[in-house]
Amino acid sequence: MNTIPFTRKLMGALALGTSLFVAACELPPQESEQNGYRGTGMDQIRSPERVDTLQALNQIPEPQPEAPKDGPPVSQIYQNVKVLGHLSEGEFLRIMTAITEWVMPEQGCGGCHSDNLADDSMYTKVVARRMLQMTQDINAKWANHVAPAGVTCYTCHRGQQVPQYVWFQDPGPSTPAYMGNRNGQNAPAASVAYATLPYDPFSTLLNDPSKIRVQGTATLPTQLASAGKPIQDAEMTYALMTHMSKGLGVNCTFCHNSRAFSSWEQSPPQRTTAWYGLRMVADLNHAYLEPLKPVYPDNRLGPTGDAAKANCATCHQGVNKPLYGVSMLKDYLAELSAKK
Amino acid sequence: MSMLSFEKKYRVRGGTLFGGDLFDFWVGPFYVGVFGVTTIFFTLLGTAMIFYGASLGPTWNPWQINIAPPDISYGLALAPLKEGGIWQVVTICAIGAFGSWALREVEICRKLGIGFHVPIAFSVAIFAYITLVVIRPVLLGAWGHAFPYGIFSHLDWVSNVGYQYLHFHYNPAHMIAVTFFFTTTLALAMHGALVLSSTNPPKGEKVKTPEHEDTYFRDLIGYSVGTLGIHRLGLFLALSAGFWSAVCIVISGPFWTQSWPEWWTWWLDLPIWR
Repeated sequence: MNTIPFTRKLMGALALGTSLFVAACELPPQESEQNGYRGTGMDQIRSPERVDTLQALNQIPEPQPEAPKDGPPVSQIYQNVKVLGHLSEGEFLRIMTAITEWVMPEQGCGGCHSDNLADDSMYTKVVARRMLQMTQDINAKWANHVAPAGVTCYTCHRGQQVPQYVWFQDPGPSTPAYMGNRNGQNAPAASVAYATLPYDPFSTLLNDPSKIRVQGTATLPTQLASAGKPIQDAEMTYALMTHMSKGLGVNCTFCHNSRAFSSWEQSPPQRTTAWYGLRMVADLNHAYLEPLKPVYPDNRLGPTGDAAKANCATCHQGVNKPLYGVSMLKDYLAELSAKK
Repeated sequence: MSMLSFEKKYRVRGGTLFGGDLFDFWVGPFYVGVFGVTTIFFTLLGTAMIFYGASLGPTWNPWQINIAPPDISYGLALAPLKEGGIWQVVTICAIGAFGSWALREVEICRKLGIGFHVPIAFSVAIFAYITLVVIRPVLLGAWGHAFPYGIFSHLDWVSNVGYQYLHFHYNPAHMIAVTFFFTTTLALAMHGALVLSSTNPPKGEKVKTPEHEDTYFRDLIGYSVGTLGIHRLGLFLALSAGFWSAVCIVISGPFWTQSWPEWWTWWLDLPIWR
């Protein structure tokens, strides 16, 4: 009988196993960052290759050259300037050029404007105007979350007409679950890092961030703040937190000491920034993004017919400070900060 | 002091690994040996360092005493005593004491002329500990990645390190380790129940033989691993649990920095259904 000797089989299996293992992992060394007291395990561990990739993706474009600030307000020169009418003509043309580069680099001015520049017939122009108001509003109202860097169109758009990371209500996969109701989970989705967690925590929790807190404050179940809440509520929160982690490129311990997730006293200060961020996103979705639904053509709506909305990844794009905290707003203060 | 009947066979000279006849004697029922002396040395020094560290800390509450490793910024260097150096000395003492104890077990096995099952089994536990406090920190480049010595503090570390990977239950080696832990307890429960039932028959019946025990499990699940086999199986299950525990933590960080659920995208990406 001519069989393969056992040792050779073993070597083959070992070689196969090793190569599979190496293919599915990131080899040391890694980069570390300590966020808590020593020995608490509140650390960020990152692979240098991934850090390099992220840094390459999160560079800011060169600011547009300075424009003259003198001259009459642009509202006296052009018609139908509703948001930026207080700027000089130079500043106005400068921010229009910047927006084109940030949002519509391929389509150019024609992405929003018809031949009559004052005309509002293109939906993209209506949306862009609303987004300018939103940007000013964020920089004015949400300093708790975005200061000192502030936001510009580029924070989300990065040269694309529709930001890469937006969300729609997710009705789930069209294929049925093996047994009955999938209950909004058990279908691997990038939104929750491919875990079995609910794949659309946004519709519920970014609609009303006060529902995020499910952890009880007392020992006995009768006194729990969560008494009467189903375990799916906790999974929903876990799903949103997973999204936040992936959106910001950090792990849970960036904002929490997991020995007591709910305790503010034991949490790193970043959690406060995140708290404001969740309220900010809910506010922006309610005030600006959802109401744009009638403006959009059908191909811009989600599978259930809703408008694109923001979550943490929309701005952060894998980095805990969008664009690594480099402020683009400082070059566009007149245009995009709060109107005086 | 009285001697158990089999102890005469055990109390023989020789079989030492190091130092010849040095310390090759007994104190009461306890074999000393060179490695007994080194065990005592490391144990006393390590414990004294823990008490010293506790005396510097805010509490004498035994649940809350915390001997923490250095800041990550120290890398793999020595840290000042009060900034993690105590942890480093305690770690050296712990490895010294555990290693000495394992070698003392080897010497006892050699005196008895039995296999090395006990020291090998203990070595797996030591390996898991060394993985946590030496191998993984060295792979990550800082002692600060090791766990702190304290009842609550080490549990907090376990929790936080788990959440570094968002959902640790998706760690494949953790899955294997947990499965081995559960299987160990299942096997022990079934084995213990079998022995107790067969040795405690109803009034008027005789104690059952291994033949009876084998027949019971052949009837129940179609197979009996046998009286010797169950102990081999138990050892394999228990050691595998400890071994895969070490694997599951050493791959977390050094070999995978993302969330564990995402590791499974290779499965979702298999060409047969992607």
